[in-house]
Amino acid sequence: MTLFTVREAWTLVHGILFGGGFLLAFTGGLALLYNLKADLLTTAGARRHVRWLKLATLVMAGLAWLAVLSGTYISYPWYRAAPPEGVVDLTSYPRSYLKANPSLAFWHTFGMEWKEHIAWFAPLLATAVAFVVWRYGEHLARDNRLRWALIVLFVLAFAAAGIAGLLGALVTKAAPVL
Amino acid sequence: MAEITQERIPNGPAAAAILSAGVGSATIGLMTTGAVISTGLESALNWWSPAGPLTGKTGLGIIAWLVTWVVLHVLWKDKDVPLIRVLVLTLVLLALGLLLTFPPVFEAFE
Repeated sequence: MTLFTVREAWTLVHGILFGGGFLLAFTGGLALLYNLKADLLTTAGARRHVRWLKLATLVMAGLAWLAVLSGTYISYPWYRAAPPEGVVDLTSYPRSYLKANPSLAFWHTFGMEWKEHIAWFAPLLATAVAFVVWRYGEHLARDNRLRWALIVLFVLAFAAAGIAGLLGALVTKAAPVL
Repeated sequence: MAEITQERIPNGPAAAAILSAGVGSATIGLMTTGAVISTGLESALNWWSPAGPLTGKTGLGIIAWLVTWVVLHVLWKDKDVPLIRVLVLTLVLLALGLLLTFPPVFEAFE
């Protein structure tokens, strides 16, 4: 008995481990960034706080990159593969399967088309946040303007990844990569 | 806290990182809608057939992001720049990217 095909396993790694990991880590990263305030922390506390924030933003940027790279270069080719001439059963060709079914075509024309592009915003934004956290470290505790700019980017990275993740789950439900 | 945060670090490198993320996102949007308008561009963006034009759209987005980041970083590394203006410009670029990757928008050019 096979629990998952190789393609299903890769789709899980892409969506759950990388994408889901990014989304799950967001709340912790946001709390660390929001609470990095000079008037709330001792010197030792700020240093410890920044160490965790550096780790969180680095891991999140890494997960975002792994999610888009594995999605684009591993799962997506399976999704968009064209069926050979004469093949009637399209269940192994998700894009063709969705487009051939008027009641499901929306999940390709809107769902996958938006997901595959907007997902790429997340690593760009998350990398910018990680860079600034690593470069400025404890100084962010006194620079509220910069800290809030990072919070805005961080939330937008989460929103992009969240939209992509939700659409990915719904598209996979309509037409799994088998 | 005082002993570790007194030194002032110019905000230029942070602004360069923030703005370049907006440039990269807007480039992905421009390429997405551009590929719908021009079949020639769509073909040119097909860098790897199994994944199609998505590879070129995102590849150019990454190139634009990195080139912008390096150039701005070199220009701004020792400077303070108006961060709010940079953030607003970044948000405008992100909104442009969002708009141009939104299927009902780029499908209007088909």
